[in-house]
Amino acid sequence: MKQEYTVTVYTENQVGLLNRIAIIFSRRKINIESLNTSPSEIEGIHRFTIVIVETEDVVRKLVRQIEKQVDVLKAYFNTNDQIVWQELALYKVPTDEIAEKVKVERLLREHGARAVVIRKDYTIFETSGHREETDKLISVLEPFGLIEFVRSARVAIIKESAGFHEKLREFEQAEPSEEAMENEYLDKGKDVFVM
Amino acid sequence: METIELKSATEIKSTPVTTITGSEAVLNAMIAEGVETIFGYPGGAIMPIYDALYDYSTRLNHILVRHEQGGIHAAQGFARSSGRTGVVFATSGPGATNLVTGLADAMIDSTPLVCITGQVFAHLLGTDAFQETDVINITTPVTKWNYQVTDASEIPAVLAKAFYIAKSGRPGPVLIDITKNAQIQQFEYSGYTPCTHIRSYRPKPVVRKKYVEEAAKLINEAERPFVIFGQGVILGKAEKEFKAFIEKAGIPAAWTILGLSALPTDHPLNCGMLGMHGNYGPNVLTNECDVLIAVGMRFDDRVTGRLDKYAKQAKVIHLDIDPSEIDKNVKTTVPVWGDCKETLPMLTALVEQKMYPQWLQKFRDCTQKEEEEVIHEELNPTGEILTMGEVINTLNELTNGDAIIVTDVGQHQMVACRYAKFNQSKSNVTSGGLGTMGFALPAAIGAKFGAPERTVVAIIGDGGFQMTIQELGTIMQSNVNVKIIILNNRFLGMVRQWQQLFNERRYSFVDIQSPDFVAVAKGYRIEGQLVSERKDLKNALHEMLTHPGAYLLEVMVGKENNVFPMVPQGCGVSEIRLK
Repeated sequence: MKQEYTVTVYTENQVGLLNRIAIIFSRRKINIESLNTSPSEIEGIHRFTIVIVETEDVVRKLVRQIEKQVDVLKAYFNTNDQIVWQELALYKVPTDEIAEKVKVERLLREHGARAVVIRKDYTIFETSGHREETDKLISVLEPFGLIEFVRSARVAIIKESAGFHEKLREFEQAEPSEEAMENEYLDKGKDVFVM
Repeated sequence: METIELKSATEIKSTPVTTITGSEAVLNAMIAEGVETIFGYPGGAIMPIYDALYDYSTRLNHILVRHEQGGIHAAQGFARSSGRTGVVFATSGPGATNLVTGLADAMIDSTPLVCITGQVFAHLLGTDAFQETDVINITTPVTKWNYQVTDASEIPAVLAKAFYIAKSGRPGPVLIDITKNAQIQQFEYSGYTPCTHIRSYRPKPVVRKKYVEEAAKLINEAERPFVIFGQGVILGKAEKEFKAFIEKAGIPAAWTILGLSALPTDHPLNCGMLGMHGNYGPNVLTNECDVLIAVGMRFDDRVTGRLDKYAKQAKVIHLDIDPSEIDKNVKTTVPVWGDCKETLPMLTALVEQKMYPQWLQKFRDCTQKEEEEVIHEELNPTGEILTMGEVINTLNELTNGDAIIVTDVGQHQMVACRYAKFNQSKSNVTSGGLGTMGFALPAAIGAKFGAPERTVVAIIGDGGFQMTIQELGTIMQSNVNVKIIILNNRFLGMVRQWQQLFNERRYSFVDIQSPDFVAVAKGYRIEGQLVSERKDLKNALHEMLTHPGAYLLEVMVGKENNVFPMVPQGCGVSEIRLK
């Protein structure tokens, strides 16, 4: 079943990497619903948040292809119930309309919005939330001559994640990581298997 | 104009920190990585590197090709026959775009390459300068990694990374684009350190003991196990480990086109080729085995046919170094991630010593059926006109299976892979995944440089030969001792075969005319002859093989011969047709 998945990718900060990741989707004719790049909690490590609507099987394959890229440290995918996410939206409306016809205060309260700029000619509101929430404010403001609307890409935090610090420590070690040491055969091939 | 001062090599060695140009750093990296042969073509944006090469010509053997595509295919041939990384130099713009086919080919066939392209000055990037093209973005989908250098000081570390990435894990092509200013720029050089680790890159997944044990259990409980193997065995240098595994477990094994030669042809457990034009037994019995063990192969559609009719009855064990291959096409019961050089011995230790005489007999029965219905006539034709199969068969008699066989793409490729005999690994060089016509001639040149002590025979169709015919010039100039067999059926044979079978003989643009190939070869001062009669074939092949230099043998074969067996597109592997 197709549903929304949020793909989180930790990468090196490298020119051209955005393209390398984007073409993994476009090659398979999969539309990216939303894409955000930002720093992560670790200096020098970038974080991509990508939203697509696909089946789990397809998403898993995509994530493996992403993780295969040399400059990608790790990629995860999550359904909406596994993450906390927000999108930011900005709305520009004529100030006189708003001031005259709408009780601004009520509007702000009901939609968790705040005014970022108030000028004589226009006012800019900002709100954040899920898509349905930011969409709702559009329909509210449309009758009052919404001049401009823009919404950001999704940013998401994985509920279960303990952050990337632990993982990174593994990657930074040149020697086999703790995980690798579990493999008792790795360094003792000769002792264990004599042919 | 800036003047470029070139430091001599002794100077570089004697002082720990010295000033050199970016171009010299590139060539120092080549030497440090053990590169001996570079295939390339100069041009404006890579001139500083070529200028430096002038002073390195005693230590680096540069082969001037006739087209950059020829250069990259030659590097692929080199990599495939030697097991080392192939290196290509090309200029910006058209030089770089001419590499794209070869990059795509190397990407899909996991061939380690390092390509160096020149680029316009950094300050001209994005201005549509002369011979500027966005090489990094053009090549991103067809490279394992690529990088643009705009400052000379980056060169040693970037090249170290390039060689490491190209060769480690699942190998692939890497392209480094170097702007002209960086090639000219002087910088403080403190030597070359090979790269051994990149924090974001894990070439080999960690082997999970649990999965190895589960796989061994499945194998030990199997009644009709079947091994299918691909190039992973060769790339992992695990031929011995693989042989030990199938011998102990007693399991029949079939190969993909790129796995060919990893196991000697006459090995009693080698039961032939998989896929569309593979052998009858391996295809039919894929759908009868109870455990399918895939080693270093990727279930290409030419191998599997229709996926929903592929080995549905079997439990699948997949050994692969690339985790993204697991479950990509065929659902795996037990995934064994890791380098098969490590995982195969682990598995061998856990499997029981066994034999499956009845199961093996089934393969032999299938071989017998195929022999009677297809192979016998192909190799011992009753008709007057020569067949491709008998040419390969006669070649086998003369080379004893010791030659490197380089094939192009089409009917001759399938026939050569089906009938050529191999005693040692890395002997089959072909464009498997991408199916690049024009691959064989330049790849054979590279294969000869990769294995100079071996006989290299390129087998090419009359169509493919004309796609890179210009590389005869490279053979002439660099005295490359390659043997070229053109199997000329005066058709683009494979497409014609499909048109005959599936398009009611509507032969649409497959009737191709050719020049007098022997005369063309003579024009390049390459010896050759044309054979069209059976009585002359063996002598001609003998003459070709014993001739001291390159030789072109054109063999006229049946115009409308077809390659069988065949799994028609959209059919399952067990629906393979013998006629």
